[in-house]
Amino acid sequence: MSDYYFSTKDLSVGYNGKALITDINVELNKGQIMTLIGPNGSGKSTILKSISNHLRTIAGTVFIGDSTLHDMSYKDLSVKMAVVLTERIKVELMTCRDIVATGRYPYTGRLGLLTDEDNKKVDAAIKLVNAEEIAERDFAAISDGQRQRVMLARAICQEPEIIILDEPTSFLDIKHKLELLDILRRMVEEQNIVVIMSLHEIDLAQKVSDIIMCVKGDHVTSLGTPREIFTKDNITALYDINKGNYNMFFGSVELPRPEGVPETFIIAGNGTGIDIFREYQKKKVPFYAGVLHTNDLDYQVACDLAMEVVSVPAFEEIDNEAYEKAKALIDKCKTVVYTGVAFGTANRLNKDLLEYAKGNGKEILNL
Amino acid sequence: MKDNSRRIGRYTLVFAVLIIAVIVITVLNIVIGSVNISVGDIIGVLFGNAEGTTQSGIIWKIRMPRVFMAAILGGALALSGFLLQTFFANPIAGPYILGISSGAKLFVSFAMIIVTSYVGHVGSFELIVAAFLGSLASIGFVLLVSRKVKRMSMLLVAGIMIGYICTAITDFVVTFAADSDIVNLHNWSKGSFSGMSWSSVQTAFFVVIITSIIVFLLSKPIGAFQLGEAYAQSVGVNIQVFKVVLILLSSILSACVTAFAGPISFVGIAVPHLIKLFLKTSKPIIVIPAVFLGGSVFCMGCDLIARTVFAPSELAISTVTAIFGAPIVIWMIIKRQTR
Repeated sequence: MSDYYFSTKDLSVGYNGKALITDINVELNKGQIMTLIGPNGSGKSTILKSISNHLRTIAGTVFIGDSTLHDMSYKDLSVKMAVVLTERIKVELMTCRDIVATGRYPYTGRLGLLTDEDNKKVDAAIKLVNAEEIAERDFAAISDGQRQRVMLARAICQEPEIIILDEPTSFLDIKHKLELLDILRRMVEEQNIVVIMSLHEIDLAQKVSDIIMCVKGDHVTSLGTPREIFTKDNITALYDINKGNYNMFFGSVELPRPEGVPETFIIAGNGTGIDIFREYQKKKVPFYAGVLHTNDLDYQVACDLAMEVVSVPAFEEIDNEAYEKAKALIDKCKTVVYTGVAFGTANRLNKDLLEYAKGNGKEILNL
Repeated sequence: MKDNSRRIGRYTLVFAVLIIAVIVITVLNIVIGSVNISVGDIIGVLFGNAEGTTQSGIIWKIRMPRVFMAAILGGALALSGFLLQTFFANPIAGPYILGISSGAKLFVSFAMIIVTSYVGHVGSFELIVAAFLGSLASIGFVLLVSRKVKRMSMLLVAGIMIGYICTAITDFVVTFAADSDIVNLHNWSKGSFSGMSWSSVQTAFFVVIITSIIVFLLSKPIGAFQLGEAYAQSVGVNIQVFKVVLILLSSILSACVTAFAGPISFVGIAVPHLIKLFLKTSKPIIVIPAVFLGGSVFCMGCDLIARTVFAPSELAISTVTAIFGAPIVIWMIIKRQTR
């Protein structure tokens, strides 16, 4: 076999013997995080369940270490792989520490009694996810965020080489999302393990992952590094975004552009325009924007929200052509909005545009 | 660490109370009755200096086998309930409510009537086998339903319906039984610990104790199973095999109870719940022995009430277990809803 720690070859997964997703080929080294992204119901969970042996694979092979999933017993697998699932567990009268300690199962004796060493590992896992204060609390009485951390500690305590997490951030607020992903990243670096998970938050997936797998319909549409995957076209196609726009630099989305014949021209720059563009979007008022440098933050948002953007290349002064084009657009408008952007050498012609608008009786809004 | 020692203190206390309760209630059961017996008489019988007296006969032939049977079967019933609750991940599952006891009852009454009329005597072991098959038939049906219906409440309704069907058929069978069978069957089908022989006690003891020891040895995978099938499998439990084992063990336990004492209600739900509440844990390794002892205490206590409150006439054991058990179950349901 190859040097990869985890790999699949022509893997097909599905339910009841019927293949849902076919030809999955992926290779992962230790110390890597792979994230599955894709629309709801695209089969991310099916893949995760199959590679963790909760669902029988339909065809193909999953390689783990120097063995295959098929050849491993549940017991063999339990010391290699731990899981954190979406389903909420129903337990009563168990403290968080008790739950974490269940991860020691593969290592304890016949009756499952914990040794001092086991206890130390449980404590270490609890510390790693910052759950010391809740360790002795009843698991049924803590918040979703805390619960997810406890389940992660449980998986850590199992000392696996691979951790599989199905939408681990689903019930978490932003603080806890960041915390959880940071823990995963740290674990991958420090303990040299493989993490395979699914995420809904593509912006977070982009930042935390080494490999991204896009799943849609009946196959893996693309597989690669975040740099390769998070392009406008790829993401827009993956999620069928037809209302609104995905911005690859921000890793975020803008709501759909207000359509129509604009009566407003916005003179912006240096990030002063973003909030104003979004205000106009909310009111569904179409607008023009200019003159913006292509390296300006405003330019990124304006491209998604404005009917037309007058732009000039980065680091260049605004040239006459752009100036004339902007003037022509202002002529069509009733109102010119000035965002308060400072005028320097590179954008001094924007000041002239403002003067031109004043001179031609346009309504000027200083925002 | 402070929490840990407090925990151990709690466990010790609960076990001490349970063991003392077992001893006290056993003695009470032997002492109280239509013929008064002193503690001295018991000691006399135990050390063999009172042979041939009326007291010795009553203690040895009537009260001792009865109280031992109540202890053994009570423990078995509570443990069977605990296993079913673990299996279905539902605190209200139990052998009676899921129709398992009724299935066993149906098969046992068939065995009693058919075998006694054609073969002659039915041994206690054959009765257990019949009850076991009946239990499996019922639970098989419940499992079939559970594959179609995901809602737990509906599963319980299905179990209750199976219970009614089995009871109806049993009544039907009993109607056509010979007179001599009916008297026996009638008492038994309502549930009672009366008329136990030492040989029955012996059989029940071996079946129940061996099964219970196996259950105790399985407390590790049972603990893993409490987190759900998927997690149990991920730590190395072979779920398919383990589920079958769980069902078989709980069926053997409840079958043994039904074979000897008839169907007994609510013990299987109420006792595990109370025990977990006292222990403040659901760790199987602690809970399993405690549930067994708790079931023993509960059934011996209920039997004492059943035979003394309206002496000389006796109440059916389920009448008493229901009076104490059902309110506990209702309280449990309400507590769950409000949480």
